[in-house]
Amino acid sequence: MSANTLSLTLQIWRQEGPNTTGAFETHNVSGIPDDASFLEMLDVLNENLIEAGKIPIEFPHDCREGICGTCGVMINGRAHGQEKGTAVCQLHMRKFNDGDTIAIEPWRATAFPVIKDLVVDRSALDHIVASGGFVSAPTGTAADANDTPIPKEVADSAMDAAACIGCGACVAACPNSAGQLFTSAKLWHLNSLPQGQPERFRRTEAMVDTMESFFGSCTNHGECSEACPKEISLDFIAYMNRDYVKSKVFNRKLASQK
Amino acid sequence: MATPTISTRPSSPTPRPKKKELPYPLNIYQTAVGKKWVMAVTGIGLLGFVFAHMLGNLKIFIGEVEEDGVLVQDIDVYAEFLREIGEPLFPHGSVLWLMRLGLIAMFALHIHAAYTLNKLNNSSNVRYQQKTDWLASNFASRTMRYTGPIMLAYIIWHLADLTWGFTDALYSNDGAAGPATGEWHHGDVYANLHGSLGNPISAIIYIVANMALALHIFHGAWSMFQSLGINNPRYNAARRYFAAGFAGLIFVGNVSIVIATMADWV
Amino acid sequence: MTETATLDSKVPEGPMAEKWDNHKFKIKLVNPANKRKFRILVVGTGLAGSSAAATLAELGYDVEAFTFHDTPRRAHSIAAQGGINAAKNYQNDGDSVHRLFYDTVKGGDYRSREANVHRLAQVSVDIIDQMAAQGVPFAREYGGLLDNRSFGGAQVSRTFYARGQTGQQLLLGAYQQMMRQVGLGKVKLHTRMDMQELVMKDGEAVGIVCRNLVTGEISSHSGHAVVLATGGYGNVFYLSTNAMSCNVTAAWRAHRKGAFFANPSYTQIHPTCIPAADEFQSKLTLMSESLRNDGRIWVPRDPDEKRIAADIPEAERYYFLEEKYPAFGNLVPRDVASRNAKTVVDQGLGVGPLKNGVYLDFAESISRDGLDKVWERYSNLFEMYERITGEDPRETPMRIYPATHYTMGGLWVDYNLMTTIPGLYAAGEANFSDHGANRLGASALMQGLADGYFVLPYTIGDSLAPKLGTAPVSLDDEVFIEAETEVRDRISKFLSIKGTKSPDYFHRELGKLVWNYIGMERDQNGLEKAISEIRALQEEFWTDLRVLGGTDTINSSLEKAGRVADFFELGELMARDALNRAESCGGHFRSESQTPEGEALRNDEDFAHVSAWQWIDENTPQVEHREQLDFVEVPLTQRSYK
Ligand SMILES: Cc1cc2nc3c(=O)[nH]c(=O)nc-3n(C[C@H](O)[C@H](O)[C@H](O)COP(=O)(O)OP(=O)(O)OC[C@H]3O[C@@H](n4cnc5c(N)ncnc54)[C@H](O)[C@@H]3O)c2cc1C
Ligand code: HEM
Ligand code: FES
Repeated sequence: MSANTLSLTLQIWRQEGPNTTGAFETHNVSGIPDDASFLEMLDVLNENLIEAGKIPIEFPHDCREGICGTCGVMINGRAHGQEKGTAVCQLHMRKFNDGDTIAIEPWRATAFPVIKDLVVDRSALDHIVASGGFVSAPTGTAADANDTPIPKEVADSAMDAAACIGCGACVAACPNSAGQLFTSAKLWHLNSLPQGQPERFRRTEAMVDTMESFFGSCTNHGECSEACPKEISLDFIAYMNRDYVKSKVFNRKLASQK
Repeated sequence: MATPTISTRPSSPTPRPKKKELPYPLNIYQTAVGKKWVMAVTGIGLLGFVFAHMLGNLKIFIGEVEEDGVLVQDIDVYAEFLREIGEPLFPHGSVLWLMRLGLIAMFALHIHAAYTLNKLNNSSNVRYQQKTDWLASNFASRTMRYTGPIMLAYIIWHLADLTWGFTDALYSNDGAAGPATGEWHHGDVYANLHGSLGNPISAIIYIVANMALALHIFHGAWSMFQSLGINNPRYNAARRYFAAGFAGLIFVGNVSIVIATMADWV
Repeated sequence: MTETATLDSKVPEGPMAEKWDNHKFKIKLVNPANKRKFRILVVGTGLAGSSAAATLAELGYDVEAFTFHDTPRRAHSIAAQGGINAAKNYQNDGDSVHRLFYDTVKGGDYRSREANVHRLAQVSVDIIDQMAAQGVPFAREYGGLLDNRSFGGAQVSRTFYARGQTGQQLLLGAYQQMMRQVGLGKVKLHTRMDMQELVMKDGEAVGIVCRNLVTGEISSHSGHAVVLATGGYGNVFYLSTNAMSCNVTAAWRAHRKGAFFANPSYTQIHPTCIPAADEFQSKLTLMSESLRNDGRIWVPRDPDEKRIAADIPEAERYYFLEEKYPAFGNLVPRDVASRNAKTVVDQGLGVGPLKNGVYLDFAESISRDGLDKVWERYSNLFEMYERITGEDPRETPMRIYPATHYTMGGLWVDYNLMTTIPGLYAAGEANFSDHGANRLGASALMQGLADGYFVLPYTIGDSLAPKLGTAPVSLDDEVFIEAETEVRDRISKFLSIKGTKSPDYFHRELGKLVWNYIGMERDQNGLEKAISEIRALQEEFWTDLRVLGGTDTINSSLEKAGRVADFFELGELMARDALNRAESCGGHFRSESQTPEGEALRNDEDFAHVSAWQWIDENTPQVEHREQLDFVEVPLTQRSYK
């Protein structure tokens, strides 16, 4: 623990609204304790701006503990900044050096239009879930939870996929702006569990089709997984491709589900 | 899907309109995941072709063999053999033509898919205004869209050069190994090759094209496993080695032919 | 001034175990074919809101759901780590509905309504079944059955969990279930829509007014019933473990329209959070309570201690919990642990650069069990700690300090979860109903889902059935026009002050007052001071606030100003509530009411009641109403952890 402080030059993207063009704006901040988080550093900048009578910068954030998935900006060319497996709200200023210049940009993708400054619209991800990212089990219909034993390995693997926080870093980091990692993580979470079997292929087709109506395609670069604050594995994308082609090729009326 | 009932506002993204679904199995090719699947399958076919093609060409190292009592270059025997496959059941050259058609179809599908996916990706992507720091992707993966067309151009050149002989004006050969040739002769692969590679420009084209091919394979032969859903954490590491090995093998194999020919070792 | 007449809890007759079934049988039902004729507005899409919206839509109601978040999956429920309780007795350790009921009433320090708590324990069982069916990847044993752990000092293992992300997985389950209905067109989802006003007509709730946070557009929405599932108000403390955007606005707007606000002073302070590192700290991070199983809590005995922790000899360390509570030691309940940490820090014994924490030391367990064992148990927490503080808990002790975590108080609701405004319901952390003066660990998730899945969807029919055949009030009705005008005026007021200080400044200052006077320990003097100081600051707020930017785009300063304005009024009410309750109970510790050993001393004679506050008007303080609490099943006893 140290009480060092930093002075930084920030190049921050400012944009009025979805239909206007934006540009970088340069700001200097100083006296930032290195124990502060990246977002607290932006808080300080905003307080300074307000004091100076300038409109503060809009940036996305909420829980500030890396779980809600609200935060997310491009920092010096990396989604969520340079710390692996860390959302920007958990990135601390001790990872920077005094005098650094930091470029900050919103997520960029056609499906993530900028709303203002660093805030983008990620509702496309909700559309993907609405199209099939669920198990149809209306309230009150469930049998006793222990009636369906699930091997620990299966539950753990489903949990690995379900850990996705929906921040959109995968799309932001992808040179094609593909939504594969997000979609495949949800698919594997549900497709790997016994509860998800009845709708497995219907779900896969619906979610992939919705995904493709918003996002690009996958060239298997692997940038998504690298940027992911939850380090979701690229393997899930392969499983999704497998299920998708299976569902297209087999006639489920005649062939068995699997 | 029913009408989406998430409130929309000026900033909301608009989904691309859905195309009318074609009958099976064409509908597979209508989606990006399906297209990638087709790319991978055709990619495998092309890998097989590239591999077989290289093996055949390596015959140049065998040199002269005796056939019907005459000494001929083994590679020329091989070229003739290709035309004779299936005889006498099928007419001379017909099976080779069938294989060529298959190859053309694979190229056509592969290229069409590459083109449309690329278009889709360009329309999905908005560029950053700062330099992006690539972490997982590599030079090969990011240049697929360039190495592909480079190869396409090369293939056309390659056919013009050796298959059709349109470019024999550029041939030059001092005759150190075999007869000096200034023009293209049908079936005389050995001489044509020496003619073509006698010109350093042509040799450079061959080497650069093979570099592109190796890069393309380095990423492609890994990527196709993912596209096809062939993923088993136990063997996943092997996929990378396979791709690297394959790319290296093709590069070394093909380039050795170029160099050996240029140096008149064969 | 107190009255009791107006509060009818509608607790059904009959033996405790049969009340809920009897009630479900007796309440009015809406015929399946008629359900689609009723429009229900659900505000808030956290655990309580999503589960309610999904279930109501499945039943056939016409549902509109509202959240100010950009997607329902961001609701604060996502952050819950530890787990969710249910009386499944899968571990065969003697758990039962009755035991969970008993523990919850006792844990709430006898300030909750028995009948509600019993129902909660009953439906807890169904929640686990429902969530497993949704595909929630709960932790499992190798045999494939669900795993449980014991949580927060419970004597049985009844807590279900999904790694350290139980809240996330449950919320995703409920969210997905709701999104299915969104996809089917049964739920209309409004994201980034902030409820700014409740609309009333003839004494009933008939709709809401929202501000679209992206376009600034003010819009009205009308329905046959309104459900508020808008979460807790812990952010009145400024620093808390809550997400930055948690607020009281929706509940407070309803309160100002006549909904009674119950027990505002009941707030829970969690003992194991990472202390603030500097003045710019924006929120505090919770470290799971399970750390106390292996960590020893201490401070140096010398207030001027300069050595690093490892160099301080055993004799100069003050293991205050172990010394004071030999039986429970470091595992005393949350409030006891928190209060004692505050005491030593106030004595100047705190550790860290700001002397604002106490040590939680793993050195002994590492030498006893080995580093591997300890790492296996807590690696994710250790890593999180290191990420935030830059210190490795394997080498130097963690520093922890209490922080606000949960608010037991909220809108007063009856057994049907209806507030004192007909047609207005409250669910989840937004209501006051089940936790009394203190909440047990892993019970908030349970309550949110109980309300949303298994209670509200059935009880809501009671107020809807008589409205069959009526259309929702027209948006052209003057009540909507008036409410919209009110909202616009309020917004332009913030912009027109043009003072010098940001909303965050006021929030931070307010938070300090609330934390110092209405925090872990309260006394008459401090509470009276709190009231006058909050008022003074509030005045400054209304004259010196600076909000820049416009109203027709996203403007978080403007949003924040609205939140802080409501927090001022709430803060004052918290102080008044704490002042009136001259006893100690659960999370509410009045220093005037303690045992000779310094323990909380309840006064059941005078305070076995719910305090529900009624808004009168801007210039008149709220009026307290009391709902007397009777303890039939769980006999009143004084807590002791000695
Ligand atoms: C760090 C942390 C850890 C926790 N761990 C546990 C645990 O292990 N076990 C446990 O049982 N409990 C735990 N809790 C408590 C528990 O998470 C919450 O009490 C519970 O999730 C609240 O759920 P809710 O649905 O009532 O509210 P929330 O999840 O807070 O949802 C509120 C919703 O209301 C919306 N909203 C609010 N105001 C408005 C408005 N004006 N207009 C429109 N929408 C609005 C929000 O957008 C959001 O959708 C924890 C809490 C914290 C802070
Ligand atoms: C001998 C020739 C070729 C071979 C062996 C080959 C092989 C492959 C393989 C195996 C892949 C990976 C497929 C996948 O990820 O599923 C691939 C991808 C690709 N190929 Fe080829 N290819 C050849 C020629 C071409 C040509 C001529 C072009 C273009 C004009 C081309 C363009 C591409 C592109 C752009 C990709 C990446 C597609 C994406 O993932 O977005 N290829 N190729
Ligand atoms: S703010 Fe919630 S994940 Fe970063």
